[in-house]
Amino acid sequence: MSTEITRGPVDKSIDGGIKYLDERYGTSGFIKRNIKKVFPDHWSFMLGEIALYSFIILLLSGVYLTFFYKPSLIEIVYDGSYLPLKGIKMSEAYASTLEISFDVRGGLLMRQVHHWGALLFVAAITVHLLRVFFTGAFRKPRELNWVIGVGLLVLAIFEGFSGYSLPDDLLSGTGIRIASGIALAIPVIGTYVSFLVFGGEFPGLDFMSRLYTLHVLIIPGIMLALITAHLMLVWFQKHTQYPGPGRTNNNVVGYPLMPAYMAKAGGFFFIVFGFLVLLAGLVTINPLWAYGPYMPDQVTAGSQPDWYIGWLDGGTRIMPNWEIVIAGIGTLSLNILIPAVVVPGIMFTLLALYPWIEQWITGDNRAHHILERPRNNPNRTGIGVMSLTFYGLLWIAGGNDIIAQMLDLSINDMTRLIRVAIFVAPPLAFVITKRICLSLQHSDKERLLHGDPTGRLLRLPSGEFIEVHEPLSDNVKAVLLARTELPMLQPPAEVDQSGVKTPKLWAKKLQHRLNRWWYVDQIPMPTIAELEAAKHHAVHELQEAQALGLEITHDLPEPTKSH
Amino acid sequence: MAKAMGTVGISKYRKHPAVLFVLMLVGLIITGGLYSIGATAANKVAKDSVSAAAILNDPASIDAGKRLFATGCATCHGLNAQGASDGPTLIGVGAASVHFQVATGRMPMAAPGAQVMRNKPQYTEEQTLQLAAYVASLSPGPAIPTAAQLNWAGADLAEGGELFRANCAQCHSFSGRGGALTEGKYAPTLMLATPEQIYEAMITGPQAMPIFNDQTLNVEEKQAILKYIEYLKDSPNPGGLELGRYGPVTEGLFLWTVGIGALLMVAIWIGVKAK
Amino acid sequence: MSSNEHNETDNQVVPVTQTSSEVRLPNSQLPLHVLRRADVDPIAAGRAERQVSIMFLLSAVFTVLATITFFAIPVDKFIRVPGAGVTQASNLALGVTLGLAIFLIGTGAIHWARKLMPDDEVIQSRHSYASSNQIRESVMQEIREGGIESGFATRKIVRRSLLTALAVLPLPAVILALDFGPMPKNELRETLWTKGMRLVTDPTGRYLRPEDFSVGSLVSAHPENLHAWEEENHNLNARAKTSILVVRMTPEQLRTSQGEGWDYQGIIAYSKICTHVGCPIALYEHRTHHLLCPCHQSTFDLADSGNVVFGPAARRLPQLPLGVDEEGYLVALSDFQEPIGPSFWER
Repeated sequence: MSTEITRGPVDKSIDGGIKYLDERYGTSGFIKRNIKKVFPDHWSFMLGEIALYSFIILLLSGVYLTFFYKPSLIEIVYDGSYLPLKGIKMSEAYASTLEISFDVRGGLLMRQVHHWGALLFVAAITVHLLRVFFTGAFRKPRELNWVIGVGLLVLAIFEGFSGYSLPDDLLSGTGIRIASGIALAIPVIGTYVSFLVFGGEFPGLDFMSRLYTLHVLIIPGIMLALITAHLMLVWFQKHTQYPGPGRTNNNVVGYPLMPAYMAKAGGFFFIVFGFLVLLAGLVTINPLWAYGPYMPDQVTAGSQPDWYIGWLDGGTRIMPNWEIVIAGIGTLSLNILIPAVVVPGIMFTLLALYPWIEQWITGDNRAHHILERPRNNPNRTGIGVMSLTFYGLLWIAGGNDIIAQMLDLSINDMTRLIRVAIFVAPPLAFVITKRICLSLQHSDKERLLHGDPTGRLLRLPSGEFIEVHEPLSDNVKAVLLARTELPMLQPPAEVDQSGVKTPKLWAKKLQHRLNRWWYVDQIPMPTIAELEAAKHHAVHELQEAQALGLEITHDLPEPTKSH
Repeated sequence: MAKAMGTVGISKYRKHPAVLFVLMLVGLIITGGLYSIGATAANKVAKDSVSAAAILNDPASIDAGKRLFATGCATCHGLNAQGASDGPTLIGVGAASVHFQVATGRMPMAAPGAQVMRNKPQYTEEQTLQLAAYVASLSPGPAIPTAAQLNWAGADLAEGGELFRANCAQCHSFSGRGGALTEGKYAPTLMLATPEQIYEAMITGPQAMPIFNDQTLNVEEKQAILKYIEYLKDSPNPGGLELGRYGPVTEGLFLWTVGIGALLMVAIWIGVKAK
Repeated sequence: MSSNEHNETDNQVVPVTQTSSEVRLPNSQLPLHVLRRADVDPIAAGRAERQVSIMFLLSAVFTVLATITFFAIPVDKFIRVPGAGVTQASNLALGVTLGLAIFLIGTGAIHWARKLMPDDEVIQSRHSYASSNQIRESVMQEIREGGIESGFATRKIVRRSLLTALAVLPLPAVILALDFGPMPKNELRETLWTKGMRLVTDPTGRYLRPEDFSVGSLVSAHPENLHAWEEENHNLNARAKTSILVVRMTPEQLRTSQGEGWDYQGIIAYSKICTHVGCPIALYEHRTHHLLCPCHQSTFDLADSGNVVFGPAARRLPQLPLGVDEEGYLVALSDFQEPIGPSFWER
C-alpha cells in the first residue's frame, strides 16, 4: 500500500501522538493487534449496533432533558404557553415536561428523539436477540455474553418503563398506579414494599425523585457497564460468521476494522441518529400534553404502556380472577402475581438459561463460531417460534381494546379466544415450524445430491424423460455442507464398570430421552460416497445431453462463481 | 467477471443513496397519511337553531311527525311509540333523543347488533325535527338544546379539558377518538359529532352512554366540554404526524414497521457488496 | 460431566465435525475477489468521490440551516402541514434539517466505505482462548496454596467468623431502607368518608341532591372535605382512595347481596378504584349497569353489589352507603366497609 507518501504535518502529529501514548502506556501493541481485526459483514450483524447506537443517543438526549426536567410531585398551577392546560393544577414534573415541549427551542425534538430512541432501543435489542437465538450464536463459547444480553434486555425494559413514568401525565401515572398494585400483591411483605417504595401511601410525593435517580443514574450505569462487557467479549472472542466458502470454525472472514468496517459502523451510527432525529421532527410520540396531568381518579380509554410492556399488560388482562384468601393468614393475588411476576420470571429465566438447556440436551460441548441456519436446528427454531407466538398473543391481548375498536370486535371475545389460544397456538407453532425446517433440510439434501431443477426436460434415447439439473455453485454448496451433525447420546449405563449405581440416573435417562427426541427426525446429511455418486451422475447426465446435441448453458462445477 | 458477482436484480438501484431517502419518506408519508385520513374527516358546524325552534314549536309539525313516525318507526316502536318487542318505548325520551338518533343516522336502525352505528341520516333536518316534535308531544323529555345552550364561545378551554378528562375521557379517550366497551360495544369517536349532537347525547344517554343532565353537569360545564371537543377536532400536533391519537399501541406499531423496517433496509444496503 | 458428552480436546479448537466443509469440500476457498467499477474505472471512482463529498457538503448545509432555524423560528410558531395538521414549526424544521445533517454524514461514510475503501475479504484465524493445561494446572495449584497459606482453608474459626461477619453485614442496608417510608398502619382501610360527609362533584365541587340524578346518570364525586385536606397535605393520597362513582337506577333494578339501606332511592355509590391493581374505573354502560376498567378490562355489575362479571379482578367494588342529610344533600352513611383498591396480603 502507499505508505511511502510524503508525510505532511497531519501525519507527523498523528505519529507524535502514537509515540506519546506508547512511551507512557504501551498502547501500540494493543493497537497493532486490533487495528486490522476482521469483522464478518452481514446485515443481521448490524441489529446489535442499532441497539448500541440507540443507547448512546439516549444518553445524549437524556442528559439534555435532565437540564430542564424537575422530578417533583409538588402541585403547582400551570402557567406555561400550552393554553388548554393553563390554570390547571399539576405536578412540577408534568409542568417541566410541558415546558420542555413548548417553551424550549429544540426541547420537543429532544424529548421525541429520546422517546422514539427508547422504543427503538428495546426493539433493536429484541431483533438482535432473535438473530442470535435463531442462528445459535449463543452456543459455547458465548453463553455468558448471551446472559449479559438477556440482563440488558431486562434492564432496558425497566429503564424504559421508568422513563415512561417520569412525565407524570395521565397515562404514565396510570402505569405507576398499576406498578403499585403489583407491589401490594407481593405475598407477606407487599404492603411494606409499597409503603417503602412510595414513601407511604400511593402516590405520595417521594417516588418521582427516586424513580428519577433509578432512571438517570443507577440503571443506565449498570447498563453501560454491561454493554462494555458485552462488546469486550465480542471483541475478544471474535464475531461468529455465517457458513460460506472458505469459512471454517477456525477463521474469521470479513473486513478489517481499519478502514472499511470502521467507516461502515461509524456511518451507521450517524444513520441511526439522523433517522431518529428525522422521526422526532416528523412523527409525534407520546403527546403527553393531550393526556393531561395525572389524577388518581381520572383515566383515559386505551390506557396502554409502551410496546415492550404490552405483553405483560396483556397477560394481566387475560388472567382469570384467581385470588386465594388463606383464612387468618393473608390474601394471595394470583390474578396479579402469575401474569406480572411468575410468567415473566419463568420466561426470562428460561431465556437466560437456554444455552445450557440446549447444551445439556444435545451433549454438544464444542465451540461454535459458524452460525447455524435455523432449518438445521428444527427444535431450537421451533422453540423460538413457539415463544414468539406466546409473546405475540400476549401482545395482542395488551392492545385488544385498540384492535377491537379498529376492527369492530369484542374485547371479551378476544380475551376468551386468547385464553384458549395461549395454550393451543404455541405448541402448534412449534410443530409447524419443525415440519417446515425438516422439509427444508430434505430439499437441501436433494439439492446437494442433484443440483437445482431447471424445469427443462430431456428425452433420453431409451425414451425415458429426465429433468436437467443445474449443479450448485460452490457458494451454495459451502453453505449447505456446513451443517454439522452430532451422534445421539448413548443410553446411560445403569451401573458403572465397578458395579456402582450411576448417580442421578433419572437425570441421565431424561437427558437421553430428550436427546433422542431432539435428533430423531433430522434428515441425515448425504455421505461423501453419495455426493461422489451424485457428481458422476450429473456428469453423465450432461454427457447424455451433449450427445443429443443439446446445448447446456451451465458449466461443469468450477469454483469461479460467487455471490 | 462482473457477471460473477451474482447479486439480485434490484441491487443495481440500491447503490443510489437517494433511493433510501425516497423509500423512507414514502414509508413515513404513507403510514402517517393513512392514520391521519380517518382523523381529519368531517368537521361539521352546528345547525341553525333558530329555524329549528320554529319547526319544533309549529303545531303542524306534530302531525307531520306522526305521519313520518307511522311509516318509518312504528314497525319497531309501536304505532303510538309505546314500544314493541323490537324497539323500546319512546314515550318520555324527549325531542333531544329523537333528534340525536335520527340526525346521526342511527335510527332507523339498519340491522341489530352490539351497537347501533352512526350512519348517513335518512331524514332531512326538517323531517327529523318533525319526528322530534311528535315524540316530545307524547310526554315531556329532554329538549333539543337551544342556541344559547350551545354557545360555548365564552367557555374556558382548560376547564373544559379538565371536565372532559373527568367525565368523558374514560370512554371516548383523551383525544375523543373513542374506545372499546364490553361485548363489542364501543364509545364512538366524537370527531364526527356536532356540538348539538354531543349535547343531546349528554342529556339523553344514547345506548351504553350514561346521562349527564343539566343538574349533575350544568350548562356552563357542558359548554366548556363542547369547547374542548371542538378544540380536539382540529387541535395541533406539535410533534408531527399524530398516528391516529390512539396512544402507545400505534406508536409501537409504527416503530416496528417503519422504524425497524427502514433501519433494516439501511443495514442490508451496508451489507451488500458494491459493484 | 457425563462421560458421553462430546468433549473438546484441551487447548485446541478441533474442526467442527467429519462433515465440516473442509472435509466435504476440500477445494473450498474464498470466492474470487471481484473488482468494483470504481476500482478499475477512474471515472466511476471520481463519480463516487463526488457523491460522497456532496453528501458531506449537504450535511454541512443542513447544519447551517438547522442553526438558522433555531434562531429564526420562534418556539411558539405553529404551521399547517398537509397531512400532518398544525405542527410546531421549530420541531419540524429542526428535526428535518438536523436529522438530514446527521443522516447524510452516515450515508456519506458508508458510500465511501462501500465504493472506495478496500473491499477484499480477509481471512484471520481464530486463536484459542484456553490456556495450556500446564498453566491452568499451575493456577489451580497457586490458588490452592494461597488458600492454605492464608489459613483460610485450615483455620476454621477464622473462616467461619469472617463468613458470619460478612453474612450479617448487609443488615444495615436493609435497616437503612426501613426509613424509605412509614410502616403501614391503617391507611389502606380508611378514607376521608365518614357518617354525614356530603358528596361533591368532581372537579367542580358542587353538592349533590337526589333530585339532580336521572335514571342512568353518572357522576364522579368526592367527600366535601377533600379539597381542604389537599390544601393542607399537598398530596393526592386521599384522592386516590376516596374517589367514588354515583349512579342512579330504578330501585327495582338493584339486586344487593349486602342487605338493604345502601342506596338512596336507587342512587348508589361505589369506589372508583379498581379492586384489581387500582386504575380508576368509570366506563359505565348505563343499560347493562356494567362498569369496565380500561386497564385490564375487569367488569363490575353495579346493579348487583358491584360484583365482578368479567376480567382479572377478584373482588367486588366497595360500596359507599348513601343517605340524605336534613338539608336534602346526599351524604355518606359511613366510610367504606372494606378496603378499597387492590388486594394486599393483610386484607
